[in-house]
Amino acid sequence: MSGSTLLIAAVVIPLLAAALIPLFHKWPDLREGVTLTAALALFAVTMILLVSVMGGERPQAGGLDIGVGLRLAFAIEPLGMLFAVVASSLWIVNSIYSIGYMRGNKEPRQTPFYVCFAVAISSVMVIAYSGNLFTLFLGYEVLTLSTYPLVTHKGNEDAKRAGRVYLLMLLGSSMLLLLPAIIWTWYLAGTVSFTPGGVLPSTVAPAAIGLLLGLFAFGIGKAAVMPMHFWLPRAMVAPTPVSALLHAVAVVKAGVFTMLKVVVYIFGIDTLAASGQGEWLVYVAAATVLLASLIAMTKDNLKARLAYSTISQLSYVVLGAALATGPAMIGGGLQIAMHAAGKITLFFCAGAIYTAAHKTEISDMKGLGRAMPFTFAAFAVGALSIIGLPPMGGVWSKWYLALGALQADQVFVVAVLMISSLLNVAYLLPIPIRAFFDGGAAPKGKTAIKEAPLPCLIAIGATSLACIALFFFPGPIFDLLGQIAVR
Amino acid sequence: MTAHLPAIMVVLPLFAALLASLVRRGWAAWAIAFAVSLAMPVIAFTMLIQVLSSGPISYAMGGWAPPIGIEYRIDMLSVFMLLLVSVPAAVMMPFARLSVMSEIDDDKQAWFYSMYLLCLAGLLGIASTGDAFNAFVFLEISSLSSYAMIAMGRDRRALLAAYQYLIMGTIGATFYVIAVGLLYVQTGTLNMVDMAGRLGDIAATRPLFAAIAFLTVGVSLKFALFPLHVWLPNAYAYAPSFTTAFLASTATKTAVYLILRYFYFVFGIGLVFQVQPISDILLILSLAAMFAASTVAVFQDNIKRMLAYSSVAQIGYITLGIGIASMTGLTGGIVHLFNHALIKGALFVAVGAIVYRTGNGRIENFAGIGRRMPLTMAGFVAAGLAIIGVPGTAGFISKWYLALAALEKGWWWVVLALVASSLISVVYIGRVVEAAYFREPTAENAKVGEAPPSMLIPLWLLVAATIYFGIDTSLTVDIAGRAAEALLAGGR
Repeated sequence: MSGSTLLIAAVVIPLLAAALIPLFHKWPDLREGVTLTAALALFAVTMILLVSVMGGERPQAGGLDIGVGLRLAFAIEPLGMLFAVVASSLWIVNSIYSIGYMRGNKEPRQTPFYVCFAVAISSVMVIAYSGNLFTLFLGYEVLTLSTYPLVTHKGNEDAKRAGRVYLLMLLGSSMLLLLPAIIWTWYLAGTVSFTPGGVLPSTVAPAAIGLLLGLFAFGIGKAAVMPMHFWLPRAMVAPTPVSALLHAVAVVKAGVFTMLKVVVYIFGIDTLAASGQGEWLVYVAAATVLLASLIAMTKDNLKARLAYSTISQLSYVVLGAALATGPAMIGGGLQIAMHAAGKITLFFCAGAIYTAAHKTEISDMKGLGRAMPFTFAAFAVGALSIIGLPPMGGVWSKWYLALGALQADQVFVVAVLMISSLLNVAYLLPIPIRAFFDGGAAPKGKTAIKEAPLPCLIAIGATSLACIALFFFPGPIFDLLGQIAVR
Repeated sequence: MTAHLPAIMVVLPLFAALLASLVRRGWAAWAIAFAVSLAMPVIAFTMLIQVLSSGPISYAMGGWAPPIGIEYRIDMLSVFMLLLVSVPAAVMMPFARLSVMSEIDDDKQAWFYSMYLLCLAGLLGIASTGDAFNAFVFLEISSLSSYAMIAMGRDRRALLAAYQYLIMGTIGATFYVIAVGLLYVQTGTLNMVDMAGRLGDIAATRPLFAAIAFLTVGVSLKFALFPLHVWLPNAYAYAPSFTTAFLASTATKTAVYLILRYFYFVFGIGLVFQVQPISDILLILSLAAMFAASTVAVFQDNIKRMLAYSSVAQIGYITLGIGIASMTGLTGGIVHLFNHALIKGALFVAVGAIVYRTGNGRIENFAGIGRRMPLTMAGFVAAGLAIIGVPGTAGFISKWYLALAALEKGWWWVVLALVASSLISVVYIGRVVEAAYFREPTAENAKVGEAPPSMLIPLWLLVAATIYFGIDTSLTVDIAGRAAEALLAGGR
């Protein structure tokens, strides 16, 4: 099969699954079978595409004209390929986990849950493979809309309120800022196609570049740069598999991915660096990194703490985009993959704890490690990766970001990265440590609490292994990202 | 035969209206109305092909040559309007049968279809005629029949709403005829092409300005330009569901067409937009409509009323494009005429289907409907997304053009206003979605089932068109672009 057919297949496979899942409403095993088959098929397609992209090919597809030069077009480049690999491989793991979690908690309305999930994955593929800003914007909005029912899954007052904030902040920022930014780009450059080296003509004033960057940085609400982050902690009312794949990986990564892509292929690294307009965004992103970590320390609810940790970690990628140097871009790209593996592990653990012990507050988890040793060991692995300690993958992204910062003469960024790692240590590591060594609640009738259902444990094992594997074998990712920096 | 198509387009529904009133039986009248409604798009498409291949069609009614006789003149814009009116009408007719049966007494149903056909004849007539006074006649045929269609609503408040509309509409029509009179005095002709030619020789005089003012206000009343919109929310809220769906997607649009025709063809942009400050006035009123009406829509408990306010806001988008008066802006405005006809038609058909099942269109009646009527509600959500202007829907295309047009003029604040008003529509569509999907069904709603196919098919045809024209715009944007080009060239 040719590259363009595969590319279309990557978008269509999850959609097809979304269409088939309701047919198997009455047979849950078959229904989950559809999801798993689609996830495996998508992964296979993505892997074939990866091989061809690594070989230097750039598959393209589509090209449907929509009015004034707007085209629905797909084109794969290394960043998008990486994002697609991350999303599609974690979809498999997450589907296995979902089965354990949704059944273990006897969640209602599981069919719509899996349908929306598949649509969301399809829109992630549209974003990852988009050939221009319009196509990306289409996927971006569909992703918001398809995840809204997932956020409001519980259907209670809390979920409804979170859903409102979610929809208004994400749709609102994208319409009020991102859409004008796209239209403005179109007006300035006459095209919104992603082009290596950027599309903005050299005549554009630096001040205009700064303003445009601002429209993008805050318009891409999914990147959760402060103050556009309020929706993320609230979205945690969703079932944990949603928080894990969508609000730690797919949705938020779609945001920072868009940010990277815009900087590399719309502004152009050199244009942005030459204009000097990325600097304010470096400060904003650095502030987000630190502030979100500080807020995370005050949260006792595990998912809320993880959500603020996500906000902090996302701004690492934004930082990479704003620094506008080669190594910083690589660091940003690496962070997309590394943080995904680490954070999904942490969320899986949070969900496992909830399923097995029905605990959501960190203060209630003392001594729980002895009943659930596997889960808390995995939690520690994920936490170490987020902190950026060897032998976990997270170390690489921090390393490259620091290099990029030095190259851009922003030494304070290195300091921010170090302080942030220390803060990560302070708010993540006590959780497994207390679970194992704090004996407070240990003697009480422990017999009821066991490890989470097997599918959950399989998923947790897979992602924590990935954290470790990414430290020892980051080569392919370097090769892939190296292809952007060369240009 | 094909040479007489412009006449057939108007005469056929006119006589069918007579026939419908004679047969007296609801189902027979509906069958006549449906058959005629199906024939109209076919005729419109045939004429589209003719116009595309050989330019505007000029038809001398009764064989009396223009400018003395009445000329029917079908150019790109006319044919666009003929499609805009006839296609939604044909698609919605299957929906009419059950909806009308449930909302209108048996003995009045034939009258209702008769009124509908008269209204259709009037709307198509406005779009085809090239005669200023003849346009007035059609404007009144369509308006008077629509007063009757509104007054047939089950709710007694429909009578008051129809009366209010009657008063406002008559003022509008009177203003229009005063304007035509003033123009006739100065040019000695009623033929629009002729009038446009002779106006070029007349210096900008006070009577001419008076004519422009009367015409603008009079026609603006008909299409409910903010703040002349007060008749519309009540009329749409209390009219029978089919009336609302039909009028919302077609009637206001033909009035907008008249404004386009006069501003660009008859007076010319120089006179309207350079000598007179109409551009600024339109711009301000459009922005006011987009904000005020959208905001009011958020607080409505009757969903038909909410959508009516949304219509006032959407008319603002269209007049914004007219006010910007550039190629891009005009294309955006004209495309939105068509797109909004589809989108609002779909929304009102969906609400009509829900009213058919649950009894009325209040928001509490939407509780739990998402699970009881999943297909209807999914259609509503899809059309709602188009109103918001989500990419991949027709609504996005309109907004893209309008925003681009504003940017070309350097009006970045208009772009912001445009996107901000879309955000308000997220709120009012979101309210309905929350009620339909998150509230538990009321005791009565727990029993209702999905809408019948005769309602679902029209709904989903409109929704499919909304999505199709959001992805492939070659047809809509192309025709709108040609019409805009012709308008900016002065049509001559």
